[in-house]
Amino acid sequence: MRRYSAFAIAREAARYHTGWERAWASPEPKSEYDVIIVGAGGHGLATAYYLGKNFGITNVAIIEKGWLGGGNTGRNTTIIRSNYLQDPSAAIYEKARSLYETMSQDLNYNVMFSPRGVMMLAQTEHEIRGYQRTAHANALQGVATEFIGPEKVKELCPIIELKGPRFPVLGALWQPRAGTARHDAVAWGYARACSDMGMHIIQKCEVTGVHQDNGKVTGVETTKGRIGCKKLGMVVAGNASALTDMAGFRIPLESVALQALVSEPIKPCMDVVVMANTVHGYLSQSDKGEMVIGGGTDGFNNYTQRGSFHHIEETVRALVETFPMISRLKMLRQWGGIVDVTGDRSPIIGKTPLGNTFINCGWGTGGFKAIPGSGWAFAETIAKGEPGELAAPFGMDRFIEGRFIDESVAAGVAH
Amino acid sequence: MLILTCPNCGVAADETELGSGGEAHLTRFGAGSSDADFENYLFMRKNARGVHFERWRHSYGCGKWFHAARCTTTLEVFGTYPAQTTEPPAELIEKIKQKRPDFEGFSK
Repeated sequence: MRRYSAFAIAREAARYHTGWERAWASPEPKSEYDVIIVGAGGHGLATAYYLGKNFGITNVAIIEKGWLGGGNTGRNTTIIRSNYLQDPSAAIYEKARSLYETMSQDLNYNVMFSPRGVMMLAQTEHEIRGYQRTAHANALQGVATEFIGPEKVKELCPIIELKGPRFPVLGALWQPRAGTARHDAVAWGYARACSDMGMHIIQKCEVTGVHQDNGKVTGVETTKGRIGCKKLGMVVAGNASALTDMAGFRIPLESVALQALVSEPIKPCMDVVVMANTVHGYLSQSDKGEMVIGGGTDGFNNYTQRGSFHHIEETVRALVETFPMISRLKMLRQWGGIVDVTGDRSPIIGKTPLGNTFINCGWGTGGFKAIPGSGWAFAETIAKGEPGELAAPFGMDRFIEGRFIDESVAAGVAH
Repeated sequence: MLILTCPNCGVAADETELGSGGEAHLTRFGAGSSDADFENYLFMRKNARGVHFERWRHSYGCGKWFHAARCTTTLEVFGTYPAQTTEPPAELIEKIKQKRPDFEGFSK
């Protein structure tokens, strides 16, 4: 792999950019690999990358039914934060956030990480108490957050209306080192690094069956034929249940549609991310100038990658109240992604009933921010056959033990 | 917009009038059951990609519960039926099979 650098740009400029090579190869599948990862989204690619980087396992295939990063990795609102209440969540999300800080250097690929700061508005008395509690928890966990008053909110984000008619802004939980990153670039950067280590990224290759022998997986049946493996990692987000059905076990997940939308691009007007959980909406401005808006999930099982229109109306209505200046913006695009939601709104990372098969799913409405931490922890789980310190609390057995990592209360909607 | 006809009051209600109650026909397990049964009842779901039987409540209408059969990949509604049953009516299963030849029928 040729490294990207200022010198590379100068060299290519001198020869009409004829020397750039493809960022990753698209080989035909071999008959067997040490590890197969199903799902070439951010989490799957990050898992493969850390398998190679941290454990030297490079005989790996990453199989994707669509195109690379075309699922929720390319459909989220790119927010990265780690201000979680529960210790296991704070640990893995903070690991992810810290890996994002050095990701561009690490991958030699500009993921445009922008630690612009994230604030979560407190708009009811309950939220004030909740976020103060989270700020104290974060102090103990070593995650830098603080609870700020309305004046500081206005100073950080001048376009905000503090005295909205329904939900005035009473304060916010502020994480200054949180921010955003270019979501596609995260997938592309990991893919390029994986390909460079000799891993095979196989797109447009759907898994249609899971071959087993004596309680162990021996390979997967795909639209490109049978591919054997010694270990299998399932990282397919909203389609996790469909894949585990093929493997013959059930998981505690339900898939629903989550929507987002962007406005027409305007001049820079806000340089922080604002989340308003009481009214189900969040807002940031992309580098292109579009206002990026995330909303709520549909209440019913759904695999359509669309979502119901009335949720857009609810989200936009609430955001117009808090940000009156967006009221006359035109909306450019709207889309949906299928998110996999668990009973306690925390992910599942760990072992499955099949000995050499591991699963990473259930990131629900907030997976993008976790990509590097999730890949780090899941790679360790696959390589060692046992979850490490980061992944251990997220095993599926927590549901039978009643040992929940209850973030549905801590994080509200915008998880 | 998802529209379901409430079998209790006959109104064709759109989803803003309805509350989703999740997967239907679960077998309840309570005190005294095994951990595995209890976990299965509380958390494990079919999460079907395709034909799905589910509970709905006509929250902002007659207020009563009912069942619906729906496809989760196309959002096609196959039909609705009353809540007082432990499995979908045979004629509804037949109707779904005609539309979806690979549908294997209802299973717990």
